[in-house]
Amino acid sequence: MIKRWQESKVLLLGGSAGSFKLLFRAVKYFTPSLNKTVIIIIHRKKNFLSEIEKLFADHSRMYLREVGDKDSIDNNTIYIAPANYHTLIENEGQFSLDVSEAVWYSKPSIDVTFESAAEVFKNNCTAILLSGANQDGANGLLKLRKQGSLTIVQNPAEAEMADMPAAAINLKAADYILNTEEIFQLLQI
Amino acid sequence: MTGDSTEERGLTSAEITDLINLVKRIHGFDFSGYSKASLKRRLTRIMQLKRLEFYDLKHMLINDNAFFQHFLEEVTVNVTEMFRDPLFYKALNSQVLPYLSTYQHVKIWSAGCSTGEEVYSLAILLKESGLQSKSFIYGTDINTEVLKEAKRGIFSLRKIKSYAENYQYSSLPGTITDHFTILYDAATIHTELRQNTLFSVHNLISDNVFNEFQLISCRNVFIYFESHLQEKILDLFYRSLCPLGFLCLGSKEAIRSDSFKKRFKTINAKENIYQKIGT
Repeated sequence: MIKRWQESKVLLLGGSAGSFKLLFRAVKYFTPSLNKTVIIIIHRKKNFLSEIEKLFADHSRMYLREVGDKDSIDNNTIYIAPANYHTLIENEGQFSLDVSEAVWYSKPSIDVTFESAAEVFKNNCTAILLSGANQDGANGLLKLRKQGSLTIVQNPAEAEMADMPAAAINLKAADYILNTEEIFQLLQI
Repeated sequence: MTGDSTEERGLTSAEITDLINLVKRIHGFDFSGYSKASLKRRLTRIMQLKRLEFYDLKHMLINDNAFFQHFLEEVTVNVTEMFRDPLFYKALNSQVLPYLSTYQHVKIWSAGCSTGEEVYSLAILLKESGLQSKSFIYGTDINTEVLKEAKRGIFSLRKIKSYAENYQYSSLPGTITDHFTILYDAATIHTELRQNTLFSVHNLISDNVFNEFQLISCRNVFIYFESHLQEKILDLFYRSLCPLGFLCLGSKEAIRSDSFKKRFKTINAKENIYQKIGT
């Protein structure tokens, strides 16, 4: 697991209800020694202004920004999927956005970004699915796993909302089911 | 690993290129400059909805003209909201309308208008700021089917209610339902708001300038185009604007090309409102 984590170029983090604290903690953790691109998809309501970006950016030691259309995908940058859009991977170096139908009532949808990342980055990702109250992310995580990316799910017993990680486990989308502290130990390596 | 059915098999790049060429040759629509990630999702979605294999899809595109209209509707994203990004409408109200009010006639183009939600949002905004009688809004799309819906101006009440929060954040007086006649679960836009609108087919990729506008709004359309195509359409918009006319793009779409950055002044960087400068 450690070797696959170290070799991956992209870290995908997906979370919904109950994942905010974990994502915030992760953002504070990262330093440029990470040597990866970080893409965070967190469910949230539209019309609530970029409070999350601002809070995250204020506490991040890496360059952090909300994804804009056709933005480049750079190393050692943390990207946040914008509200009311799906974030797609156009190619290895570029994002694209989409306003099509919500998936699992969610826009951004974790599935959409994960599936798109699976197609473009193949086995070069580590994806972590955290707490959430619906089933978004499970299908996408499975696609990533099939492409050979490292897939990790937060232990549902420890998640504030167990549905999302549990759905991924049911689909056999997880290489590993980790406790919260184990996830952070891995991120530190 | 499990051996999966066709729904797991994504389209290859070669197959997508094949479809693009076929649609261009037979139907005259050019999707070659579309963002590939989104296009692939749409094509895969059509195949799943219609339970078509790649060769079935090709066959239908070649032989079934009615299917093509449906294909066009599905492949282009027609998801839209009234008062999407409420702060954009607020900015338009405070930063652009005072300027437009100095014109005798205000012509507005909503490009890629889909089912008309943006056209009617603009119509409501113009009415509330007293500019309605001297303005005219043209809504265009490549899709004849969505334009029919736009013209009717009838929406489900449930949908209109889902825009109530947007409306409120845009700081307009009253509530969104004030602008509709409601009968059972259908909400029909007030006739006066439909009066100064015209919906018509226009293809941003292949059609040219058709009028001169004080304001062009093309929001969440560029996200489906690759950068070179965005630039081509920026040029079309530039030529369609009167001197000092305004261009509005989606909240995540910015003018990136250096040559166009020089020809447009940024009025609101957050909401991507620009003004044409130079000649």
